[in-house]
Amino acid sequence: MILRLVLENLKHRPVRTALSTVAIGLQVTMVLTLVGVSRGMLDESARRQRGTHADILVRDGGSAIIGFSTDMKAKYLPFIQKFPGVELATGTLVQPVGMVDGITGIDYPTFNFMSGGFKFIDGGPFQGPDDLIIDDIYARSKNLKAGSTLKGMLNRDWRIAGVVESGKLSRVFVQLHVLQDLMSKSDKLTAIYVKASDPKNIDALLAQIREKMPENKALTMEELASLISVNNIPMLKTFIRVVIGLGVFIGFLVVFLSMYTAVLERTREIGILKSLGASPGYILSILLAETAMLAVIGSMLGVLFTYGTQWIMNTFVPDMVQVTTPDWWPIAAGIALSGSLIGAVYPGLKAARQDAVEALAYD
Amino acid sequence: MIEIHNLRKTYRQGEVEVQALRGVDLTIQKGEFLAIVGPSGCGKSTLFHILGGLTPPTAGTVAIDGTDLMSLTDSQRTQLRKTTVGFVFQKYNLLPTLTVADNIEIARHIAGKRHGERDAWFEDSLNILGLRGKLDRKPRALSGGEQQRVAIARALVNHPAILLADEPTGNLDTENSEAVLTLLRDLNERTGQTILMITHNPEAAAYAHRIVRMRDGRVVA
Repeated sequence: MILRLVLENLKHRPVRTALSTVAIGLQVTMVLTLVGVSRGMLDESARRQRGTHADILVRDGGSAIIGFSTDMKAKYLPFIQKFPGVELATGTLVQPVGMVDGITGIDYPTFNFMSGGFKFIDGGPFQGPDDLIIDDIYARSKNLKAGSTLKGMLNRDWRIAGVVESGKLSRVFVQLHVLQDLMSKSDKLTAIYVKASDPKNIDALLAQIREKMPENKALTMEELASLISVNNIPMLKTFIRVVIGLGVFIGFLVVFLSMYTAVLERTREIGILKSLGASPGYILSILLAETAMLAVIGSMLGVLFTYGTQWIMNTFVPDMVQVTTPDWWPIAAGIALSGSLIGAVYPGLKAARQDAVEALAYD
Repeated sequence: MIEIHNLRKTYRQGEVEVQALRGVDLTIQKGEFLAIVGPSGCGKSTLFHILGGLTPPTAGTVAIDGTDLMSLTDSQRTQLRKTTVGFVFQKYNLLPTLTVADNIEIARHIAGKRHGERDAWFEDSLNILGLRGKLDRKPRALSGGEQQRVAIARALVNHPAILLADEPTGNLDTENSEAVLTLLRDLNERTGQTILMITHNPEAAAYAHRIVRMRDGRVVA
């Protein structure tokens, strides 16, 4: 009976119901989009790291999991190349560009060999110091093709030498020595990628590198991929928490205002229910059930909206990858429900405590 | 069965104390149809609210079937409204979002009764009230007279010891007023339902078995 009353109340005020559910839905979308983008970007990062086909990554000891530290001494590259069991080692330098990506300096012959070879969709390898190789997603997002000029990156103009299939470490490549000179870091690297001559010897090679280069951080590519997650990036984790907190607050505000108005509108109805013998708990349960219903419908809308944001990202910002995160659907719905129920408590208590005689006299 | 002795009710209106009831004495027998008449402000609505457990008395005794309302807590007065009293208001007070059937059903639900378990007595009452074909309609699709009949059905569904009607014909035209008053008298005569009706209309009061007059917070005749 309560369910029927709640449904009829929601149907009776369609504009209020629609606005409340859309607002709750947007809150859910906000959380799911943030998580989806975070996870998508990290998954994409891990996928591209694996795309190097390296077995071991060596970085400066103070570098973060996701970061562009350029503190590793370039002299380690020839040092590692001499280790027994190393088939190939190649150094990279990453310079941040924009919000989420960087331009990566590579030694083309060794990197191309290790990663299994770039697959060119358009154009070809570097021909001069002003050349860039970009991946197809970057080309699409910036509307570039082989022969185009990319202006302003690192304060200079670049010629697009080739467009390659995505999936190999970076979206934008430049020759390593060009980037080193440009950044005045000719003796520095961001990382060294190592390919073992025999996959069975990866662990032994890793132990050797760790022993002989204790000031650096060495890990297998599988370890790196497993570490690239939201939980291992403290700032991202905090950011997600802040957005979740905002989500709870928005849900609280929306439902508080909506239910407060509803209680004022329904003062007389509350008086009627009291005259029929409804207890404060009964009246509170009606309002909480109505709130829960709004939160559930809003959460479902929020999940649907997330497919919308995914389409928008994919169409207009293709270098930002947003994945679907079904495991977060119940979490986001729980966040929306919690915020909503907290928002409904005060209006609910106000309704439950209303004086029956005064409520019945309300016009 | 309803014994009222020296009933007093004082409430505050701003900084002013208003003595709404100044010592009401009244006895209502089981199965009686009683009308309380009096001018506005005489205290009849306050008496209605106290008998219905909507507000507590200040002093005196009010006993319904031996239960003294003076000693009841808020939750016990809530229980009284569920089981012992049925209300009919001037403005019908139906829930606008629910159908006729659900307006009646919600009173049963609040009283803790199972869905759809209406008894023969109530089915008979539905026939008397002429609501059989209107159970699926919303209040806005009914005339004032029909809405008041739904309110009466809702008030009766839990077999209250007393049906309290506050100006039940106050919003109705003459024809519908007569129909509602005739229904109340029929219900009283055919089912023995005790009814206390408050009105300022002498013609409406004439349908009752007994008329009690109030003035300035007291029963005068």
